[in-house]
Amino acid sequence: MAECHPVGFQWVMEAKARGATIIHVDPRFTRTSALADIHVPLRAGTDIAFLGGLINHVLSRDLWFREYVMAYTNAPMIVREDFRDTEDLDGLFSGFAEQTRHYDPSTWQYEGADVAAAAGQRDQWALMHRDEEAGERSAAGRRTEKASSMETAGAAGGRFHGHPERDETLQHPRCVFQVLRRHFARYTPQLVADVCGITEREFERVADALTANSGRERTTAFAYGVGWTHHTVGVQYIRTAAILQLLLGNIGRPGGGILALRGHASIQGSTDIPTLFNILPGYLPMPHAHEHLDLDGYVSADAGSKGYWGNMDAYAVSLLKAWWGDVATADNEYCFGYLPRLTSSHSNYDTVVKQVEGSCEGYFLVGENPAVGTSNSRMNRFGLANLTWLVVRDFNMIESATFWKDGPEIDSGELTTEDIATEVFFLPAAAHVEKDGSFTNTQRMLQWHHKAVEPRGDQRSELWFYYHLGRIIREKLAGAVSRETPTPEQAERDRPILDLTWDYPTIGEFAEPDAEAVLAEISGWDGEGRPLSSYTQLRTDGSTRCGCWIYCGSYAEGVNQTARRKPGREQSWVAPEWGWAWPLNRRILYNRASADPDGAPWSERKAYLWWDAEQRKWVGHDVPDFQATKPPDYRPPTDAEREDAIGGSEPFIMQADGRGWLYVPTGLADGPMPAHYEPAESPVANLLYGQQANPARRVFPHRLNRYAPSGETPGSEVYPHVFTTYRLTEHHTAGGMSRWLPYLSELQPEFFCEVSPALAAERGLEHGGWATLVSPRAAIEARVLVTERMRPVTVGGHTIHQIGLPYHWGDNGLSTGDSANELLPIVLDPNVHIQPTKADTCDIRPGRRPRGRARLALVQEYQRRAGITAETGTEAVTRRGGPS
Amino acid sequence: MSFTLDERLSAPLMDPAAEAGYAEHPPRMGFFTDTSVCIGCKACEVACKEWNAIPEGGLDLTGMSYDNSVGLGASTWRHVAFVEQATPNRDAVDLGMPSVPQGALQDDRELRWLMASDVCKHCTHAACLDVCPTGSLFRTEFGTVVVQEDICNGCGYCVPACPYGVIDLRPGDGRAWKCTLCYDRLGAGLEPACAKACPTDSIQYGPLDELRDRAAERVDALHEAGAEQARLYGHDPADGVGGDGAFFLLLDEPEVYGLPPDPVVTTRDLPAMWRRAAVAAAGTVAAVAAAFLGCRR
Amino acid sequence: MSPREQPAVPPAEARRAPDFRSYYGRPILKRPTWKNPDVPVYLFAGGLAGASAVLAELAAATGRPGLARTARLGAAGGALAGAGLLVHDLGRPARFLNMLRMLKITSPLSVGSWILAPFSGLTTAAAAAELTGVAPALGRVAGVGAAALGGPMTTYTAVLLSDTAVPAWHDAYRELPVVFAASAVSAAGGLGLLGAGAGENAPAARLGAGGAAVELAASAVLERRLGEIGAKYSTGRAGRWMAAARALSAAGMVGALTGRGQRRVAAVSGLALLAGSLALRFGVFHAGMASAADPRDTIVPQRRRLDAARPAGTEPGPQPSPTRGVTTT
Ligand SMILES: Nc1nc2c(c(=O)[nH]1)N[C@H]1C(S)=C(S)[C@@H](COP(=O)(O)OP(=O)(O)OC[C@H]3O[C@@H](n4cnc5c(=O)[nH]c(N)nc54)[C@H](O)[C@@H]3O)O[C@H]1N2
Ligand SMILES: Nc1nc2c(c(=O)[nH]1)N[C@H]1C(S)=C(S)[C@@H](COP(=O)(O)OP(=O)(O)OC[C@H]3O[C@@H](n4cnc5c(=O)[nH]c(N)nc54)[C@H](O)[C@@H]3O)O[C@H]1N2
Ligand code: SF4
Ligand code: SF4
Ligand code: SF4
Ligand code: SF4
Ligand code: SF4
Ligand SMILES: [Mo]
Repeated sequence: MAECHPVGFQWVMEAKARGATIIHVDPRFTRTSALADIHVPLRAGTDIAFLGGLINHVLSRDLWFREYVMAYTNAPMIVREDFRDTEDLDGLFSGFAEQTRHYDPSTWQYEGADVAAAAGQRDQWALMHRDEEAGERSAAGRRTEKASSMETAGAAGGRFHGHPERDETLQHPRCVFQVLRRHFARYTPQLVADVCGITEREFERVADALTANSGRERTTAFAYGVGWTHHTVGVQYIRTAAILQLLLGNIGRPGGGILALRGHASIQGSTDIPTLFNILPGYLPMPHAHEHLDLDGYVSADAGSKGYWGNMDAYAVSLLKAWWGDVATADNEYCFGYLPRLTSSHSNYDTVVKQVEGSCEGYFLVGENPAVGTSNSRMNRFGLANLTWLVVRDFNMIESATFWKDGPEIDSGELTTEDIATEVFFLPAAAHVEKDGSFTNTQRMLQWHHKAVEPRGDQRSELWFYYHLGRIIREKLAGAVSRETPTPEQAERDRPILDLTWDYPTIGEFAEPDAEAVLAEISGWDGEGRPLSSYTQLRTDGSTRCGCWIYCGSYAEGVNQTARRKPGREQSWVAPEWGWAWPLNRRILYNRASADPDGAPWSERKAYLWWDAEQRKWVGHDVPDFQATKPPDYRPPTDAEREDAIGGSEPFIMQADGRGWLYVPTGLADGPMPAHYEPAESPVANLLYGQQANPARRVFPHRLNRYAPSGETPGSEVYPHVFTTYRLTEHHTAGGMSRWLPYLSELQPEFFCEVSPALAAERGLEHGGWATLVSPRAAIEARVLVTERMRPVTVGGHTIHQIGLPYHWGDNGLSTGDSANELLPIVLDPNVHIQPTKADTCDIRPGRRPRGRARLALVQEYQRRAGITAETGTEAVTRRGGPS
Repeated sequence: MSFTLDERLSAPLMDPAAEAGYAEHPPRMGFFTDTSVCIGCKACEVACKEWNAIPEGGLDLTGMSYDNSVGLGASTWRHVAFVEQATPNRDAVDLGMPSVPQGALQDDRELRWLMASDVCKHCTHAACLDVCPTGSLFRTEFGTVVVQEDICNGCGYCVPACPYGVIDLRPGDGRAWKCTLCYDRLGAGLEPACAKACPTDSIQYGPLDELRDRAAERVDALHEAGAEQARLYGHDPADGVGGDGAFFLLLDEPEVYGLPPDPVVTTRDLPAMWRRAAVAAAGTVAAVAAAFLGCRR
Repeated sequence: MSPREQPAVPPAEARRAPDFRSYYGRPILKRPTWKNPDVPVYLFAGGLAGASAVLAELAAATGRPGLARTARLGAAGGALAGAGLLVHDLGRPARFLNMLRMLKITSPLSVGSWILAPFSGLTTAAAAAELTGVAPALGRVAGVGAAALGGPMTTYTAVLLSDTAVPAWHDAYRELPVVFAASAVSAAGGLGLLGAGAGENAPAARLGAGGAAVELAASAVLERRLGEIGAKYSTGRAGRWMAAARALSAAGMVGALTGRGQRRVAAVSGLALLAGSLALRFGVFHAGMASAADPRDTIVPQRRRLDAARPAGTEPGPQPSPTRGVTTT
């Protein structure tokens, strides 16, 4: 966190000054470790084992927060009888189909509840059935579609109809609590130590510090970054933390929570108002071509559902009204038919594969540098070289804009400039200081930034580019520019674009669209054009317009709420008048959980929100994340719907049952509970189960994307070391914003690898010298930094060396070097399509890498030695002793 | 003037600005750099370069941990040092509470990564200023030491005079450069750029008196928390340079960070030097005269 | 060869164990930016000029026109060369006049400039009168004025070097003025031997020999008194220059005393004395450069001073060892 979120880290330092214990769990000793009280140097890719050990510690020693867990979690729910755990199936949960590499989650459900999947899961199921019918389709084709459907899960929790059976005594052998207890029983301190390569004492220090600092009087916060998410089991990492925090009563309370330390300045904003292919603003699922033929079908499964997602129809209709305005009417389903539909996965990596295969023609690269920043950057470049056109909007001539003349494949002779047909358009972008706009930070807080200087030359903002691009396209389609009159078919096809409310006022010499007007549209208006102040005002009858329901109210009263900058010392410690946090300016989500079931604070020290019996409403320091006047003793009638179906002591209002989920009966692609699997490429056999890697991970077998053998598979010794990639404070991601700046480049002038003295000794690496690193994808070179901050770990009696690789470099700019992403494979977490950048395998040897063709030959020689084939590393199910 | 030269050059001096001739002046301003909370982000280095438009200093990978700017110099007015250390773990059973201020345990070894942001000390008795023949280096009303680039003729005398190795001539430019304690910003009532950018308040800017009090409290707190290695450096007006305007809290000996353990302003001995030189000069004349004595043609 | 047999990185602890700690072995002080050979030659030229100016007037007063002429030219030449070298050494030569913006007693360079500037004017005037024969009286007055500044000319440069943080220079402040004065005198004597005829060169010979003797003695004292730091004068580049200086000065001294009557021997002795003086300046210059570059010179004495002042029973505990790969020596 000190490395990548140094400004946020000041608050960690402040907490430390007030007596907090800072624990840093990271394979490397970093700037964060330097300031932490405890550093746990575990093996990369083993956090589920570590956190699972903590869960086991909490459960087996009865250190969980009983009242909280009983009332606020799904611990008492009883799981179906035919559910089988990893304990029974050697690492698999019930429902796995090896052919499709896919889980059927029906056995994971609660007993007694008539379960419907969450919004996106409906697709998953529908597709699953279709798959069964369509036996003749290729496995690969099915795989792609399958995964695409998972994408539409959105943020909605699962929905269910009926009432799950419960056992409030938590004694029933199939209640979630007991299932959980059994599942994590084997995560003993000794096993944790073995898997993670740490000592039991190190584990116990953390366990003691954590439990001593949780309960009524104290809370512990977890902060995580991509060290947790960039794994083939990334989502399950966070799930493990969620289970632990729920057991300790650390969710919804001040000083608690699981805090995602997000990436680019507005990466939170980019999922709220998504740049992702599978969701619409506010985490509404993207409709699917086959499953969502009409608006009713899109929301119907939710119509009788419980919790705030029950209002999805109002959110969806208001969104459609914001986009198509008066044209959107009840008669035409508010133009629901205009929305594009998903036909398969359009994730970043699926698109790369399509480019390589030649089925993707054009590409916009806006603020992205895949030739350096994306896993298997080599494959990415082959994709770019196979396009018809490419638009790059960036500040600098990044590698993704110049690959056709100076990329590594030109050097190796695999591609020649003359043969690359891609037409590249480079358009200079305006930086954030050259434009108005908002950032949404990890606290879900929107903060407005004002333009400080005019963009120079041809530099233009994204808003300008897309607005005018849209305007010109509309003019062309409308015949205003083109001389032809469109055929009726064309006219029909063009309606979604022509009917858009594309009417933002522009300002200044460059006709820059007014960014505040966009925010106002996102925040929403009622039928009379009055600004909305709350998403609870959104209606299903088309009388409200709102570009993103969770942002509703960010422009309340016609005032840009996100531009508020009242200093902290002039307001309460929660500082509600600094920026604006969604939803409704709430600073802590699920804050009803900060009070006990009766509505009294768990402790005076941690009082945040409480029920005021006299005023008959929730009061406290924050905006209640709860219906403000719903009393703690409210019990929903059996036929209640939407938010009314949530009881007065059920804080988790987005969930259909109002409870925090220790066990996920629906919504995840790789199991209802986390299980430790080894990374897709690992030199170690899974010590917990015969199942080596996440069975549901997505694989992309391709000539350019070969995988290394893992665990006990012969050939794995050819790539014996674990490497992990990460960031340095001095550089930014793929380097477009730092490698061109002298002041940053001089601070970290060159690509380097970090190795332990032991590995350096073993492999003859010299401090300051060169090393070559080889994976099944590529060979790269790096300067060597020998440091005790890197530590070998002992796993199952073997020494495993870990190599650290910052991933910022490429060939352009002032500070240059090979890109670590050349080494990385494309293999993905099945829930969110993230690549595992944090734990892979390679070999390292002294000296510089070969040039030209010889570079590829070295990679191939390694592949041969390891016996790599198209199948290697793609197996879904494995048993002890190698792949089944 | 009531001072003797010796006093002016080295005795404790509470008010350097007054001594420099400012009848009325703001309080002496300075830095307290608390390295125990430095996260080595180098924001100070970059902010300083940005604000002062300092040129890039060279793109060399040094292998000195994460330090690639090596030290203070004409083009590096803030410099963050990185020191990797390992000590035997002092107590193997402690649970980490109360916290050790810096360093994390790994088995039997305690690994430390010390980071410290160094800067010109704005000495009370500033040798650089004392020896500058042109008056290019001067004492400001804030008690700080600043080079006037339009006067400096690049004689280079300040360079070896500085006991901390701070000031230097810039190759190709020929003039001496160092931290100005953001004289231009101070004049406008702003905090220096480096302190402003520091996320953890490792760099604290303010009236020197207040900073010294605050630093004393911080050291006490750290000692209480078990960090007996914490110590102040450059805070003492009785030290060899009359105390630094920019002083530090360190977690190891100064020399580990590249700081001289006990610097003394060279001009402390200047009166004695002049006396010796005068005697020797007289000796020259006497010697020549003697050569002629009794010397027949 | 299996990977395991490959040679290991030697751990930092196994390298020559340092008896002091530092930041990656880097110097504390900045390397003086003074140029080589500008500055050592300037030190030599100034000294030669200063002593020569005194010599010139006494020679003239005692009726040794040849010696006076040589010394006058030497004084002017040395002064002009010195001034020229000084200006050349500046980072911004065009701004050399800024030297005279103020007179600053705390700055030996300022004081020196205020000595050098009139001195070079006066010596030039005296030399011009000598060469052209124009305005001999004025030349005389100028010469006397220059002679008055001659003494300080020979020693201010010692203060110039001593008034720095460079241990080998600063710590030498007691002996360095004597060394420089003696060296200047020896050089002036040497020049006299070279330029004046045997009939006039007796004072020059005595001067050269005496100066050389004092130079040798004083620099030996200096080296010894400075202890470890004094080693900078006897080792490396400085050591070689100092050895040369010793040999040349000693030879010049013997030659001057024994052979001043013979024109050739006198000239060679004179040259040896000049060269000895010059070599000594190079030696002192390089000793300082080496000392500034050596963190040991800065750290060890300071650390010792601190430890001595530490109250008993407060020794530091076990010190952290630098990790491998990155050393903190
Ligand atoms: N200076 C700077 N700041 C940045 C960025 C930048 O490029 N430079 N990028 C921004 C972006 S886009 C993002 S996403 C964030 C990312 O911020 P972080 O998540 O902090 O980023 P990383 O440095 O990639 O990874 C964090 C740490 O994960 C560790 N790690 C590796 N494998 C494992 C593992 O298996 N378990 C655990 N527990 N840790 C592991 C690595 O050693 C590394 O120290 O930073 C943002 N901030
Ligand atoms: N091996 C490895 N790979 C990784 C990661 C890892 O940890 N390890 N982390 C991953 C993560 S979390 C991320 S976020 C990605 C980031 O990787 P990318 O998104 O590929 O890389 P960036 O360098 O962040 O690209 C941002 C570009 O946007 C430009 N830019 C900045 N502002 C603007 C603007 O306003 N408009 C336009 N048009 N351009 C702008 C910058 O100049 C820069 O070139 O890398 C991923 N790749
Ligand atoms: S670069 Fe921006 S977002 Fe990143 S730490 Fe600094 S201030 Fe925060
Ligand atoms: S530290 Fe050096 S440069 Fe700074 S004021 Fe003191 S003597 Fe001058
Ligand atoms: S280099 Fe410039 S600042 Fe330094 S002493 Fe000479 S004139 Fe003064
Ligand atoms: S005070 Fe100003 S000049 Fe000095 S280091 Fe800080 S930013 Fe640079
Ligand atoms: S800005 Fe502050 S925390 Fe960052 S390196 Fe500088 S002093 Fe340390
Ligand atoms: Mo990111």
